[in-house]
Amino acid sequence: MHSGALTSRIILVLVFGFLYLPIAVLVALSFNESGLPTSWSGFSTKWYMSLAVNAEILHATWNTFVVAIFATLISTVLGTMLALGMEARRRKSNTLEALAFAPMVIPDIVLAVALLSLLSRLNITLGLHTIVLSHVIFDLAFVCSVVRARLKSFDYSLVEASRDLGASGWTSFWRITFPVILPAIIAGGLLAFTLSVDEFIIAFFTAGAGRSSITLPMQIYSMIRFGVTPEINALATLVMGLSATILLISQWLNREQKA
Amino acid sequence: MTSSQMPLLRIDQVAKSFGKTRAVDGVSLDIKENEFFALLGPSGCGKTTLLRMLAGFETLDGGKILISGKDISPLPPEKRPLNLMFQSYALFPHMSVRQNLNYGLEMERLPRKTIRRRVDETLASTDLTTLADRKPDQLSGGQKQRVALARALVKRPRVLLLDEPLGALDKKLRERMQLELKRLQHEAGITFIIVTHDQEEALVMADRMAILKDGKLLQAGTPEQIYEEPADRFVANFIGIMNFLDGEIDGTHTFVVDGSRHRVSVKHGPRKAVLAVRPEHVSITESADGLGVIITDVAYHGLDRVLHARTSSSGQALQLRLSAAEGQKYATGQAIKLAFNADKCRIY
Repeated sequence: MHSGALTSRIILVLVFGFLYLPIAVLVALSFNESGLPTSWSGFSTKWYMSLAVNAEILHATWNTFVVAIFATLISTVLGTMLALGMEARRRKSNTLEALAFAPMVIPDIVLAVALLSLLSRLNITLGLHTIVLSHVIFDLAFVCSVVRARLKSFDYSLVEASRDLGASGWTSFWRITFPVILPAIIAGGLLAFTLSVDEFIIAFFTAGAGRSSITLPMQIYSMIRFGVTPEINALATLVMGLSATILLISQWLNREQKA
Repeated sequence: MTSSQMPLLRIDQVAKSFGKTRAVDGVSLDIKENEFFALLGPSGCGKTTLLRMLAGFETLDGGKILISGKDISPLPPEKRPLNLMFQSYALFPHMSVRQNLNYGLEMERLPRKTIRRRVDETLASTDLTTLADRKPDQLSGGQKQRVALARALVKRPRVLLLDEPLGALDKKLRERMQLELKRLQHEAGITFIIVTHDQEEALVMADRMAILKDGKLLQAGTPEQIYEEPADRFVANFIGIMNFLDGEIDGTHTFVVDGSRHRVSVKHGPRKAVLAVRPEHVSITESADGLGVIITDVAYHGLDRVLHARTSSSGQALQLRLSAAEGQKYATGQAIKLAFNADKCRIY
């Protein structure tokens, strides 16, 4: 092998090792029978079993899915509408662009504090519904950006052809535009879902006091204060597996429709 | 005006500006029933804008568009009795060929049986029956072009608009499709309006054609009229090959170039003038009065040979067309004398 190619291959391995070694260790430990990070005593799924009977974790899981599903549905509809509206504008406005994408880059902690102040100022009771509302804010920006990327390559003469063949604007949208961009809408929605499932800071600030609206990342955080238990390894592995799967589907969908 | 005299489509003083550019500048045209009409011009001449105004995708700044005497300019695209075949074809990528054809008829809320029958007929006449279940991305360029055409034809519009329909095809296929389009137009009995920048295509296909430049209509007429009697120098240059010679007319039906005198139909003078003559109307003469030229190249074109030459004293370029055998007698560098067919010369 050429020495330059060898060097670049070694660098590649090192970089990916750096990125994924901690995760690999985590996954391995979650299957460690002893539960100790120091010694491997055999393969076991018992930590996963103990998760399944842990009422707190089940409750947090339920909350997480409720939040993620509602935030995803709302942000997918609104984000798609925003994308369509912004692409339909003939004159592009830089201010509008910046405003639409700001939630993606504003630090979570800033958004979290801002939301908490606003919600308490308005005397809104905190709970799952406020987490949903807060997640919609940044999810929407991600959905919008994925759908807009697709719309950039969308051939608007398809809509004109549809009108020309006798369809109204409304019919043309549902029969032509929507099916053609649907993979991107789903991809955006899946991305929003994984972001919602993983999100900690904003949920932590807007969940309110008490354990009733605790989500999985918050649950893991509260458990970790008493040390990393093997159960947390198992839980983190599951969350990661779910996110990775959804992200892969999302990427695959986005690639499909480029052809 | 009685209905039999009324044109199917009347474009009346139509105008459209984009910002400061006058894309279409007061164009008026009458297009008859069953006519194959070509809108021809260089890119940016306004022909596509005019077509899009007919289809309803651009609003009019002024003027009217009438079909059978009825003003259609306020109507949205879906309410107009004409269909457009898009340059990009604009086939619906998520639908099969058959579904693409069904779409327009479903919008008319026709019964399923009628749709089935009409789509089957159209698929057969455009030779697409075997491809009915394919998706657009499984078709070749020529096949996509036929689907786009079929999708518009199945609607049985009064007028079919075609935007550079053959632009994306290679030369061989284009020539075949030109004849195919003419056949389909004849069979369907529909008025075709085709936009093209290819003058040869317009000459081959059109019953009548219009030449546009900078949004203005320069000339409308049959291909013969436009080829034989171009209204101005631009049209003369745009259609076919034309020789232009700078000289003057002296007021006695005579055009003088390099001291050589040629009879022409125009009398008014004396003034500076440009003589326009097609290569096939230039001949070689023994007469002393002929225009002296030096041959610069003899180009073989199969059926004929084209002699490129320069006038001996003023060095103006021109060409003439001879049969391949006749042309063989001449060689580069040779001095000859030329005469022009007086009836075919035009003075600008």
